Amino acid sequence: MEESRIPLATIAHARSGDKGNHANIAVLAYTPAGFRWLQKNLTAEVVQRYFASLNPSRVVRYEAPNVLGLNFVLYEVLAGGASRSLRIDSQGKTLALALLHLEIKPGVATEAMYRPRPKGKNKGMSEVVTEMMNVFRKTPYQKRKKKA
Amino acid sequence: MSTPTHHSPLTTHHLRIGNGCGFWGDNLDAPILLAQHGRLDYLTLDYLAELTMSILALQRQRDPQAGYATDFLDVLERLAPVLRDQPSLKIVTNAGGMNPTGCATKAQDILRKAGLEDRVVATVTGDDLMPRLDQLISEGHSLANMETSEPLSSIRSRVVSANAYLGARPIGDALKLGASIVITGRVADASLTVGPVAHEHDWAWDDWDRLSAGTVAGHLIECGAQVTGGLWCNWQEAPDLANVGYPIVEIEPSGLFRVTKPPNTGGRVNQETVAEQLLYEVGDPAAYLTPDVSADFTSVSLNETEADVVQVSGARGKPATDSYKVSIAYRDGFTASGMLVVFGADANTKALSGGEIILDRVRRAGWHLEHTNIERLGAGDCVPGVAPAMDAPSYMVSGAKEHRVSSRVHLHEVVLRVSVRDSQKPAVERFAKEFAPLVTSGPPGITGYTTGRPAVREVFAYWPALVDKRAISPNVKLL
Repeated sequence: MEESRIPLATIAHARSGDKGNHANIAVLAYTPAGFRWLQKNLTAEVVQRYFASLNPSRVVRYEAPNVLGLNFVLYEVLAGGASRSLRIDSQGKTLALALLHLEIKPGVATEAMYRPRPKGKNKGMSEVVTEMMNVFRKTPYQKRKKKA
Repeated sequence: MSTPTHHSPLTTHHLRIGNGCGFWGDNLDAPILLAQHGRLDYLTLDYLAELTMSILALQRQRDPQAGYATDFLDVLERLAPVLRDQPSLKIVTNAGGMNPTGCATKAQDILRKAGLEDRVVATVTGDDLMPRLDQLISEGHSLANMETSEPLSSIRSRVVSANAYLGARPIGDALKLGASIVITGRVADASLTVGPVAHEHDWAWDDWDRLSAGTVAGHLIECGAQVTGGLWCNWQEAPDLANVGYPIVEIEPSGLFRVTKPPNTGGRVNQETVAEQLLYEVGDPAAYLTPDVSADFTSVSLNETEADVVQVSGARGKPATDSYKVSIAYRDGFTASGMLVVFGADANTKALSGGEIILDRVRRAGWHLEHTNIERLGAGDCVPGVAPAMDAPSYMVSGAKEHRVSSRVHLHEVVLRVSVRDSQKPAVERFAKEFAPLVTSGPPGITGYTTGRPAVREVFAYWPALVDKRAISPNVKLL
């Protein structure tokens, strides 16, 4: 059976910001199992490759196990930073959300990585994204291609 | 320190510090509401982003009385009744910007008019290195760029401001002298919190673990609502963000503290909101460097003790480094950016053509722009080249039908954004004039030209450096 692919948002939340021309993305697992998976699999190389089109000169990963977090610093990724960059997101505010769309294959024990269900009816972002991905996956590729 | 009556016996010795402003331009009512309902000992207000100082420096060049965050004076005026009701409430702010003395003089006028002449105003200065920049260089302080190691001489003639990030100690000194309102120039953001807490709890300036705790507390609240539900990934679970409560830290003498917000406000304080903010704009979380301490953010434990209360414990720190960070801003040409809406079949292709036509016309007019960028917002250019992988979810969010799910090329509506930067102001001015013509002389379906020509503004680039602490003398003055 093929391993199912899920967005990173299913097992982690994140926040990003700027430091001059550099950006940081903090990725925080929802559970210890998720953190162990991220530690092993969400490497600096993976993040550097994912954001290759933004030309980070290097990516350094730090760990903050106390908050089940990995902190990525993406050097020279903002095309000049807050005052000089010509990009709409000159401060890297959206990089975290972009990274949460990374498709991952955490394997069989995925359940233990999901966000514990919050109280109340409102859905969290991870659930919304998962639902969207499910709808997307159910639509056959050929059909999508033809209609597109 | 005040001991409001509704504190529980176990927590009478804690200090409550609330931050009502995360940047210049933040919500104007937040500080008032926070002071009214937060049962605060201290209200902090942070107005300075990395490049705010360059703007303030130019304002002061034009008018020697100007150069500080004027919003603060409006806030202070509105705070007067609260200050009358709460005689022990103190304020610590970096609103002084490039002119703390000018700001403090105006603040004192406001207090006098409000019948609050008993409140002592103090300034913290000494951060402004501009008047002695060449002297510092001649004394061997290279102020080389921290990242590129380039010497400052390469941009010296274009420098408009140079400020050292001072620490918490002069703030603590001002409070010790009896100040109830401390107005600083550039200080490290977290030091606005560390100053009051170190003073009130009588922490030693080499008590690295406690200074680290204070720094974590200051870091968590410095961006205002970002720790109380703002930016939170699971924001749908934060009720009533329109009435979001601004953050309060309740700090024990031991350094243990709780993050919370005033009752009956919107937003959320929980493990997730605090963890996201803990790592916000952080490099190595085990060594967060401020003038006060090298704080280890990986040492703290977060515990949600009750609804909207997160306890933070266990902070460890190491000695501060022997240098201050210096933020230098220099002139770096001119920039402008304009937007138009593109609608109809092949909107994406039309937007790209439209952008190219604009730039081509500037070229034909004889200007070869040094830096240009064409973006199609709505087509994934917010994170260019990364977003295509996100097409499916993003278009599903907008409720689009299945057949549009992967149709990146066949969008029916995008925003065209064209931006340029150039050392020649006339080149950028010419560019700004090419948006209106595109509406009638480009592809069909271009609209949204209602706000006039894009503004041409000067670019101030950022030059981070370090300076030996011994070369800087923070100055505390009571008015």
